[in-house]
Formats: sequence, structure tokens, C-alpha cells
Amino acid sequence: MFTRRAIIAALSAGVAMATLPAGPSFAQDVFKVGLILPMTGPFASTGRQVEAGARAYIAQHGDTVAGKKIELVVRDDAGTADQTRRIAQELVVNEGAGALAGFGLTPLALAVGPVATQAKVPAIVMAAATSSITEQSEFYVRSSGTLPQSAVPVATWALENDIKKVVTLVSDYGPGIDAETWFTREFTGKGGEIVEAVRVPLQNPDFAPFLQRVRDASPDAVFVFLPSGVGSLFMKQFAERGLADAGIKLIATGDVTDDDILNDMGQPALGAITGHFYAAAHDSPENKAYVEAFKAANKGMRPNFMSVGGYDGMHLIYAAIEATKGDTGGEALLEAMKGLSWTSPRGPISIDPETRDIVQNVYMREVKEVDGELQNVEFATYEAVKDPVKAAAASGN
Amino acid sequence: MLTILFDGVAYGMLLFVLACGLTITLGLMNFINLAHGAFAMAGGYITVVLMNRYGVSFYWCLPIAFLVVAAIGLVLERTLYSRLYSAPHLDQVLFSVGLVFMSIAAVDYFMGGQQQLIHLPRELSGRWEVFGVGIGKYRLFIIVICALLAVALQLALTKTRFGSQLRAAVDDGRVARGLGINVPVVFALTFAFGSGLAGLGGALGAEILGLDPNFPLKFMIYFLIVVTVGGTSSITGPFLAALLLGIADVAGKYYVPQIGAFVIYAVMVLVLILRPHGLFSREGTR
Amino acid sequence: MSSASETLMSSTAGKPETTAMALLRRRNSWRAYEIVLWLIAFAMIFAMPSKALILTEITIVALFAVSLDLILGYAGIVSLGHTAFFGLGAYAAGLFAKHYFAEPVTGLLVAGIASGVLGFVTSFLVLRGSDLTRLMTTLGIGLMLAELANQMAWLTGGADGLSGVIIGPILGQFEFDLWGRTGYIYSLVTLFILTWAARRLVNSPFGLSLKAIKTNPVRASMVAIPSRHRIVAVYTIAAVYAGIAGALLTQTTSFVSPDVLAFHRSADVLLVLVLGGVGYLYGGIIGAILFTLLRDWLSVITPQYWMFWIGFVLIVIVMIGRENLARWHTFLPEPLRRAMTRIANWRPGAKIGGSR
Repeated sequence: MFTRRAIIAALSAGVAMATLPAGPSFAQDVFKVGLILPMTGPFASTGRQVEAGARAYIAQHGDTVAGKKIELVVRDDAGTADQTRRIAQELVVNEGAGALAGFGLTPLALAVGPVATQAKVPAIVMAAATSSITEQSEFYVRSSGTLPQSAVPVATWALENDIKKVVTLVSDYGPGIDAETWFTREFTGKGGEIVEAVRVPLQNPDFAPFLQRVRDASPDAVFVFLPSGVGSLFMKQFAERGLADAGIKLIATGDVTDDDILNDMGQPALGAITGHFYAAAHDSPENKAYVEAFKAANKGMRPNFMSVGGYDGMHLIYAAIEATKGDTGGEALLEAMKGLSWTSPRGPISIDPETRDIVQNVYMREVKEVDGELQNVEFATYEAVKDPVKAAAASGN
Repeated sequence: MLTILFDGVAYGMLLFVLACGLTITLGLMNFINLAHGAFAMAGGYITVVLMNRYGVSFYWCLPIAFLVVAAIGLVLERTLYSRLYSAPHLDQVLFSVGLVFMSIAAVDYFMGGQQQLIHLPRELSGRWEVFGVGIGKYRLFIIVICALLAVALQLALTKTRFGSQLRAAVDDGRVARGLGINVPVVFALTFAFGSGLAGLGGALGAEILGLDPNFPLKFMIYFLIVVTVGGTSSITGPFLAALLLGIADVAGKYYVPQIGAFVIYAVMVLVLILRPHGLFSREGTR
Repeated sequence: MSSASETLMSSTAGKPETTAMALLRRRNSWRAYEIVLWLIAFAMIFAMPSKALILTEITIVALFAVSLDLILGYAGIVSLGHTAFFGLGAYAAGLFAKHYFAEPVTGLLVAGIASGVLGFVTSFLVLRGSDLTRLMTTLGIGLMLAELANQMAWLTGGADGLSGVIIGPILGQFEFDLWGRTGYIYSLVTLFILTWAARRLVNSPFGLSLKAIKTNPVRASMVAIPSRHRIVAVYTIAAVYAGIAGALLTQTTSFVSPDVLAFHRSADVLLVLVLGGVGYLYGGIIGAILFTLLRDWLSVITPQYWMFWIGFVLIVIVMIGRENLARWHTFLPEPLRRAMTRIANWRPGAKIGGSR
């Protein structure tokens, strides 16, 4: 027994030394951005893309703006909300971070709300996509997009293109239910019919039973939202089960044909129709430069819609500091961010001054082979789409 | 719906191949090896690398995945696992979880965190319609391979000399050694074989279950469920259990999708309450 | 043979009162190392106010691990689903604060009771079977509860988590602040009180009988220990503790997300406890300190690959052997070793150097 006591005695001393304050530097000309992302766990690829996007921005635009040196402090929250909150708090209190950013999933973003409000620090949502996030604190600004923003245009497009009967198939969690609700609302509101609504558990290895359900309902099309990695598995099984041959079209939000892994999906992905705010194949000089810089810095990895959230999030911070001429107070930055508009790799975007949510084009794309690679090729554009949830609330629907 | 039954059987068979290596280490050698999924993941990644970077045919990848993973298993058994056979279960859990963590981070480092995809040969994709029953070609392929494996395993364990040696070594290592059986070698070979099976399962499952660095954690639970429900005293137990769980899971999700996710857990807890040593265990209820 | 069953043996022979009671009294008195540990913990409030958040996290993990130690270390039940109670407590505290009453201490009690009820009900499932069976039964319960929390989005907020939880001041007096200082003091006091209670519990005849059951259930029943009742009781108490730990997490973060029920939490707490040592209550606390600091340190250095190094450390620990690690002091020079033993064994009111 006494060995343990000896350990404790030694330990207590060790703890005292290990936790000594590291003496954070509060140099006037350094502006720290606390980037909190899931770098490990099931959503690690989100974290990797967002970080790479943010770093690409700094590489392109230099690390100094209006006399301030921008410093990224990257931390891993492993997709756990209480970690996100603790890290956010520590970054603000101990590191003196002037802005928080990142947040791979909705609960992770929501957990930071009270910290941002209490510390008056802007929190830039670079990936999480549930509409309600920005309503939880005055200090959230979104640089990614919301799911309804992509889902509603897909519904509009489907109706315009003779799709009348649809089965929805979504992951059974917040964003999935958001996508289902808003797709259904738009689709049935304009005369379409939802034959069946299938929800797939998040931890689900095999899609066979769900796909069989879809097939048995024989709709014109199936509308799908699944997080990106799982989405690719779905595509393969969709093809294997012969749903396409049975005349069922696949329409989806862009998560399913994530640019990061689209090229590996091969044949089964061809012809899938998706609606989303960014495609690596988007044709503009801004995007060409971005894709090239990104690939060069990341061993040929293709940027996806999450990376562009990180990239534009950094632009928000840069532009705001420039506008305030170096005043890095949280409220001043926030005011400067509201109403900003610029041309991003994804096209023209702006920040809605009322909701602090992003306003952007949503493109309809089809998966095609371009120069030997699979790409989301844009063929139609819905311009300046606001988050439909807040738009509906504002107009009293 | 026979299609659902067919899909369930295929899924169950896949679970069996993935889990039967664990039955061997856990049931026969009494080692709680939570890192079993890491071996399966290794098999999957070997297949992905061989197919996508070197253009090796899928059929060749399967035996290669088996052999390479078996070799990895052998090395690890000799260097690390063999020291822990007599250690408390908690040490084994701690050790194998450590191994899982390391494998996850290492794979993330070398291959990246995204989902890995393979392209099946053309003749394995698609499906046939036979009397209104949809039969996926790849799923049929899995069923055939797994059924053959199950039969071969059962025979190897009960009818061959090595099988008897193994069972003797497990029942009473000291006596077995006294009879001239080289117990460490028997254990090492068995462990390697079990790991190899996991590797094969990983290679076969990459198409259906997906493959990313979190594979070992995500599927560890499923393997454990198969083994506990099946009982650890034979190969037939886990085989039947895997089939039962596969069918219950697929059917549950098809007919009652609202509670689909609960079915597999509920079945397990129910079985364990009624028969704490597994459905098909020799001890029966105690 | 463990000292516990020996004691029980001897108490049936000879002078029962004096032998057994004296042993318990001796065990129950505070040792120097415990006092030092608590003094340091409380001194941290002033010494390192900027680290209050990670200290809070350590405290909560420690309480959770102490709870697991009660069933693993004292009743010998291996559980991989202990987070079911932690998560239930977290949700109970969150919902209670959101819909009824925002005062946190009441919330702790409510969460404890909720988890205790679940613990009592499920304890009957762990009475039978082998280690593996119990492992899987507890795991299954934990997973089902996690799925339930996801499905019942109208109540729990589903995968988005339960937001809008506003926690009032403690006992109407002390507000939670951004720096986490109140939160740390609050969690630490809770941990202290509960550890003290657990200490009393395991050093009572009840605790001794548990150890007897763990060592040899058959012999325990021969000396008329009702093992089923005892296991049900300790399992329920452990559930209450876990629920309170979960409630602390909710109250210090004012947010509940479904990952309070995630499998990795059960696994983490098991690692924490095994790391610190099973079966003496302080193992959970020490493990929590070690594990949390190690993980935090590694994930700052290498945000993407820290898991590799954690895994590496775990394997090294197992390979060296936990017993050998615990014996590290034998490699110290003799005089130093003797001095340390004395200091560590010193108890208020006892002669210096008196070992048991």
C-alpha cells in the first residue's frame, strides 16, 4: 500500500510544476486566432480541410494585416463539446485569443456560445451547418453555409425538372433532420410529393435495408443528405443495388459528393445531381488560384467545401481588422464583419448584417469526368441564397 | 422479403469473418484483444494501397491481405502479446486499447483521415434478379467465401492434429507441454491465423463497411457483440450469432427503421440476461 | 488471501469487537498523503487561477473514476458502460436547470437520484455472468441510452445537444465566472465531500464485505454475507456518484451534448482508473490528474496525432508492468526511501513510523 502514497507525494509535486503558467505573451501587435477543430476522431477530415483552408489564406495573403501579425493557434477537441468549450475558454483567458474559429459540428459550435458572449469575442463558424447556431449568441458569424441553404434549391430544381415523387434519406441527427424538414417544406409546398422519409442512424455500417426501402417505394428520385465520408459508401451501394437502373435519380446536398474523395468514388458517382455552395471545379480566377495553392501545400489533396469555409473565415478576420484599422476589440471586429461582401473562390458572398449568416450562390452540379478526374460540374445557379430558416422566420411564415 | 434475408445473411457472414479471429484469441486463448479491429483495418488498407496505387487485382489482394496481416500478427504476438497471456484482463484491455490508439494515429498520418474507397472488378458489381429476389453479386461472393471459411475452420479445429493440440494447450497448458506440444508455437500460429482472418475480413468489408482510421473503434463493439452472444467455446456459436445479428439488424432497419439502431443492442442484452455465457455455449446457463 | 477475509475470519473467532473495529478505525484515519493532496488541490485555487478550467475537468473525471472504482475496485465488476450514469446525470441536471430550477446544488441531487434509480434497476443485470458478460451488458445499456438521447430530440435536443441551459448562482450566492474559478471550487468541494463519504463507506464493515465478495464470492457467502444485496447497493451508490459527476460537467459548461453518453467516455474512465490504480479510491483521482494533463499536453504539441503517443504510453506502462511502476521507490537510495515511507504513513494522532 505505501507505494501508492509515495507516488502521490511525488505526483503532487509533479502536478504543481506541470501546471505552472506558461506566461502567455500579450504583445500588442500579435492577433491570435484560436482555431478549434476535430483533428482526431470520426470527423478528423473536416478538421484537416478547414485548417488547410485557413492556412492557405495566410500563405496567399501574408500574416500581417493593418500592422497586426496574425497567429493561428490550432487545437484539437476530438469532436467533444465540453472539450471545445474548455479550449475556447482557455484560448480566450490564457492565450488572449482575439477571435475563435473552426467548430466542426453543431454541438461543438453551440458549446462555445456562452464563452463568446461573455468574453465578447467573435466566433467564426467555419464548418457546422445547423441553421440555429447563429441565433444562440450575438458573436457568431458563419463562413460555411447552412444545410437548408443547399437543400431548398435542390427541391426547387427537382420540381422544375419533372421530379414529382421523392423519398428523402438523411442521417438521423440535427443537420440531417434540418435538411429533411426544409427540403420537404419546399418540395411539398410547391406541389411535389414525399413518398417516404427514411432516417439512417449515424453509426450505420450497411445501407442495404434503407436502400431496399427506397427501391420498394419506387419514387422518381431520392433526396439524400449524409455526412461526407459515409456519403461515398452510400453512392457505391446505391449503384450496386441497381437503383439507377430502376429509374430512381439521386439528388443530394454537396456533402455526398465531397470533392475530397469524389475522385475515388469512380463510376457509381457519375451523374449524381447535387446542390451546394462550392465545387473545386468552379470556374473563376479566384478559385483556380486557390485550388492550385491548396493542392501544392497539401500533397495534392483537393479542397472541398469545408476548406473554403476556413479560407473565407480567415478573410472575414483580415477584412475586419483592416476595416477597423487595427482595432481588435471583439465588438468592433463584429461590427466590421456585418455586411462585408467579397468574391471568394466559391463566387460572390456576403455576410447578412441582421443574422450574421452567410449569403451565397448555390450551384446545381452534376458529377462528370473532366480531364480524367471526377468533378462536380456546375450547370445552374441560384443566386444570393439566404438561410431559408431565418428568411422564413423574418417573413412570419 | 427474401432480399432482406439475403442481405442480412451477407452482412452476418461478413461480421463472422471479422469477428472469428477474436473468438479464437478471446475464447480459446482467453486474451481480451480489443485491438482486433486494428488488424482488420490493416487488411483493408493493404487492399486499398495495392489496388489503387499498384493496380493489383482484387482477387490477389485478399490472400495478400491475409498473409501480411498474419505476419504482422505473428510479430506482435512474439514481441508483445505473448508476455501478457497470464496478465490480468485489465492489463490486456489497457494494452490493446493502446495499440488501437497507435494504429489510428499512424494510419491517419500515412493515409489521411478520409474514407478510402476501392473499385471492385466489374464481374462482382451489380446484381441479379432471381424470382423477384435481388441478389447482389458481391454479397453472394462474400457469402460463398465466408461459408467455405466457416466449414474449413470448424474442420480444422475438430479434425486436425493442430486443432487437437490447440485445444489441449488451451485446456491445460502444463499438461500439454508435458505431452510434448510446443505451446508457445501453437499459440503464436493460432494468433497469427486469427489476425490474418481479421485482415481478410477487413479487405472484404472495405466495400460495404467503409474504411477510415476510426475503423477499429467503430467496429470493435460489433465484434464483441458477436463473440459474447455466440459464446466463446466454439466456432459454430459465433457463426450462428453473427448470422442472427446480421439478419436481425438488417430486418430491424428495414421494417422498423425508427428503432433500427436499437435492435442489435437489445438482442445482445436480452441474450446475455437469459444466457450469460452466450447462446451456444457449452456451459449453458449456470 | 486478502486481509479483508482474514479479518472476517478472525472476527468470528476470538475477540470479534476489538480486532475488527480497531482495524476499521485505523484504516479510517487520515494519512499524510491524503491531507497533502487535498491541501494542494485547494491551494490551486489561488496558485493557478488561470488553470481553473483544466483543473475542473480533472476534478470531474476524478469523481467519475472514483465512482467506477467503487464497483470495479471494491465489487470487482468490470464495466464498459459506466457513462450511462454519467450521461443520464448530465442530462437530468441540464433539463432540471432549464425547465424547473436553476440552482446547481439541487440539480446535483436530482441528477444523483435519477442516475441512482437507473443504477438500481440495471444492477440486477450485472449479478450474473463472467467478466466479459458484464462488460458487454453494461456496454449495451450505455449504447442504448446514447441512441435514446439521440432519438428523443424533443427532450434532449438530439445530436445538436441541449443548449440554453442557464445555471443560477450556487446556493443563490456564487455566480459561475468565465475564468472557471467558481466552477473549480464548486467541483472540488463536491469531490472532497463525496470522496470523504466513499472513504467512510469502504472502510466500514460494508466495504470490507465487498472486498470479501470480490476476492472469493463462495467464501463470502459462507460467512453469511448477502452478496447480491451488497452488489446491488454498491452499484446504485456508484451510479449516484457518476450521475453527480455528469451533473457537474453540465453545470460548469452549461451545455449538454450527446457525447456525454459516448462509448469513448466509458473507455477513458476505465483507462484513468487503471492508470491510477484500482481499489483504493485515490487511484481515480491520481489517474485523472495524470491522464488529463498528459492528453492536454500532447494535444497541444501535436493536435492531430496525440492519440499515437497516448497509446504508446499505455503500452509502455503495461509492458513495464503496473506493479513495477508502483515499486519505483525501491530503486531509490535506502535512507530516502525510509524517510518517504515514514512521511507518507504518518497519521494525525499516531506515533511516527507506525505502519499498519
